[in-house]
Amino acid sequence: MESAKAHTSNKNKEKSVQEKESPVLNGAGILIKTLENLDVDTIFGYPGGAVLPLYDELFDNNDINHVLIRHEQAGSHAADGYARATGKPGVVMATSGPGGTNTVTGIATAAMDSIPLVVFTGQVPKEMIGNDAFQEADIVGITRPITKNNYLVKDVDELEQTVREAFHVATSGRPGPVLVDLPKDMLQAKGRFSGLHKVSIPSYNPTKKGHFTQIQKAAELLSEAEKPLIYAGGGVILGEAWEELTALAENHNIPVTTTLMGLGGFPESKPQSLGMLGMHGTYYANMATTECDVLVAVGARFDDRVTGDLEGFSPHSKKIHIDIDPTNIGKNVEVDVPIVGDVKHVLPEIDKHTEQPDTNDWWDTINKWKEEHPLEVPEEDHKIKPQQMMESISDITNGKAIVVTDVGQHQMWAAQHYTYDYPRSFLSSGGLGTMGYGFPAALGAHFGCPDRPVVCITGDGGFQMTAYELATAVEYEVPLKIAIMNNECLGMVRQWQELFYDERYSHSILKKGNPDFVKLAESYGAAGFRASSKNEMEQVLAEAMTIDDRPVVMDFRVDEYENCYPMVPSGAALNEMVLGDKE
Amino acid sequence: MSSTQNGTATNQTKHTLSVVVKYNLNALSRIIGIFSSKGFEIDSISFGSGKETGLARITITTHGDEQIIEQITKQLHKIIDVVTVSDLTHQSFVEREMALVKVKAQRSARSEIMQITDIFRAKIIDISPDNLAIEITGNRDKVNAFIGMVRPFGIIELARTGTVALKREFEGSV
Repeated sequence: MESAKAHTSNKNKEKSVQEKESPVLNGAGILIKTLENLDVDTIFGYPGGAVLPLYDELFDNNDINHVLIRHEQAGSHAADGYARATGKPGVVMATSGPGGTNTVTGIATAAMDSIPLVVFTGQVPKEMIGNDAFQEADIVGITRPITKNNYLVKDVDELEQTVREAFHVATSGRPGPVLVDLPKDMLQAKGRFSGLHKVSIPSYNPTKKGHFTQIQKAAELLSEAEKPLIYAGGGVILGEAWEELTALAENHNIPVTTTLMGLGGFPESKPQSLGMLGMHGTYYANMATTECDVLVAVGARFDDRVTGDLEGFSPHSKKIHIDIDPTNIGKNVEVDVPIVGDVKHVLPEIDKHTEQPDTNDWWDTINKWKEEHPLEVPEEDHKIKPQQMMESISDITNGKAIVVTDVGQHQMWAAQHYTYDYPRSFLSSGGLGTMGYGFPAALGAHFGCPDRPVVCITGDGGFQMTAYELATAVEYEVPLKIAIMNNECLGMVRQWQELFYDERYSHSILKKGNPDFVKLAESYGAAGFRASSKNEMEQVLAEAMTIDDRPVVMDFRVDEYENCYPMVPSGAALNEMVLGDKE
Repeated sequence: MSSTQNGTATNQTKHTLSVVVKYNLNALSRIIGIFSSKGFEIDSISFGSGKETGLARITITTHGDEQIIEQITKQLHKIIDVVTVSDLTHQSFVEREMALVKVKAQRSARSEIMQITDIFRAKIIDISPDNLAIEITGNRDKVNAFIGMVRPFGIIELARTGTVALKREFEGSV
C-alpha cells in the first residue's frame, strides 16, 4: 500500500485535496480519508468481523475520535445526540448482522425526528451475500423504510462518491438518517481516493426558497390577523432559524408556542413565549391554538401529540404552513397557504412584508389565561416533586445546560419546567418516543459540545434500558450529570392505567427489581448520590456540578403517584385538557 | 389486482402515474415500500428500462381521492432516486396493457372464441387440440372486457403486464 503518499496529502486539511495522482488505498482507507475530508471528527462504533479492515485503519488514525460504545443501539442514539447538539451529522460504525440490526432503533428514532445520521455497517463479502453467511443480515432491506436513502457499495471505485452522496443527502433538505453497507472484500479491495468534493444528484433538489406569491399571501394574512399565533416545530432548530423566528415574533408582537422538538427554538424567557403546546402543553398555549385566527406553522408537521382531535384543532384559524418537505403539507391538516421552503429563507421574507397586526386584545386574553392557569409546581419539602426537580435543575444550570431526556413523564415535566432559552439545548426522542434514548444521546451531546454542561434527565425505567453505557462514560471521563426521576414505576404507563384502565397497574411497577442506582454507578467507577427531599436534592445537585472527571448518577426518589398535567386525553381536542387530579 | 377494487368511497378516481427512476432494485423496493407502509394501493405496476440508459420508467395505476393522490405523488418524489413523477390523468395520454390468455377451446367452441378474438383485434398466438392462447392489447377496460367475454369458456392461465403509459405529444385541433 502506498500509504506514505497517502499520509502526506492527508495533512492537507484544505477542502480541495487535488493531487496530480490520487493515492491508491484499500476501501477502508478510502472511507476514512473521505470522512476526514468531510470534517468528521467523531465516530460512535463497535468493531466486529466484517469491519476489521476499517478498525485496522482507525488503529493509528489521530484525526478521528472513535468512541467505543458498549452496544450499537446506544451508538446510534449517541450519534443522534451529537447531531442534535451540534447540527453536524452523527456518524455510526457497526459490524454486519447483529451490529447492524442493533442500530435500527436509533436509526428509526433519528428518522422520525429528521436527524442527520450516517450509519456505516459491515457486510459479508460480496460473493457470500444471500447465502445466510455468518453474521449476515440484509441491513439495506431492513433499514429501507427508516432511512432517507441507503446504499450497498459493491465497487470500491464507487465508495468515495457514495459516502459523499450519503452525507449530502443526510444533511440537506429535510435531514435524516442514511445507511451505507460495506462488504468486507470491498473494504479490502484497492481503489483511488480523488478528494473531489462535487456531489451531483440530478434527481434530488430540495426547494429552499419559498414561492414569492405564497409568501406575500402569508404576510397579508398575518398583517390582517387579530389573533395570530406561531406554532414552531423542530424545523426551526434543524434549519437554524431561531434568530429569524425571534425577529418575526418580536417585530410584530406575535405569540409563539413550540412543539417538543421546537423547544429552545424561541427563548422561553421572552414575553411572546407560550411554552409548549399539545398533549402536555400549557393551558395558555393550547387555548391560544384553539382560539387563534391565523396559525403560522413553522417547520412542524401537525403530529397527533400536538393536534389532539383533528376536528377540534384550531378550528377558527387560517393556516400558513412553512416546511421544506412537501409531504408534510396537507398530510394531516388542510392549510390555506402552503409554503415549501427552508424556514431560514422564508421567515425573513414574511417578516419583511408583514405590517403590524393589532394584537393588544389578543394579548389581554392570553395574559388572562396565563394568570388563570400557570404551570404549577407543588410546594413540598419532605418529598421531591418531579416538577421541583426540573425547576432545581433549571436553576442550578441557569438554563444553559444541554438537557437530554428519555421518554415518559419526566420527559414532559422536563419540557414544561426547564426554561429553554437556547437552541440545541433540549434533546429528546419526540416522534418515535424511544425509551433508552436519553443517556446515550447525552453522551453523544457531550462529545459534540465538550464545553457545555450536559444533564440527562431520565427515569428509572428508561435509564435501565441503556445503563450499560456508564462504561463508556467512565472510560472517556465524561462529566455527565444523570438525574434519575425514580418513581419506581413506568410513570406514564402507570398514569394512563390510573386514568383510563381502572388503576390496574399491569406490569408497570418496577419497585422490586430496581437496582441500587448509587451502587450501580459506583461499580462502574462513576459517582452516585441519592436524595429523597427537596433539600437533599439541591445539595446533591450542587455537589454533582463540581465533579468534572466522571459521570454522576443522581437517584432522586420522587412521589410515585404524581401525574403529569395539563393533559389532553387521547382523542380529545386541545381545549378539552385536564388540568389536575380529580378531587 | 382487479379493477373491482375501487371500494365504496365516492370520490375515488383512477390515476395513472408515470415515474422515471434510476434503474436499481433498491429504488424499486422503495417505491413499492411507500405504497405498503403508507397504506396506498397499487392497481397495477409495470417496470422496464426507459429511453435513457440507467433510468427506468415505472407506470403505476392507483386510485384514491385528490388528497391521497397528492400524497402519493409527493412521497414518490421524495425518494432520492426518483427523477420525475407525472400524473397523466389530467393530461392527454395513451395507455396500453397486454394480456396473454390461455382459454379452453374444444372444437365446438373454437370458432366463437376466434370471432371474439377478431372483434377485440386480439391475436391467437398458440393453438392446441384443447385450447388457444390469445394475445390482447389495449387499455385496461378493453382487456377486462375481453377477459370477461372468454371467461365462460374456461380460462386456464392468465398473465397481464399492467398498464404502461405515455403522455400524448400532439392533440391536434378540431
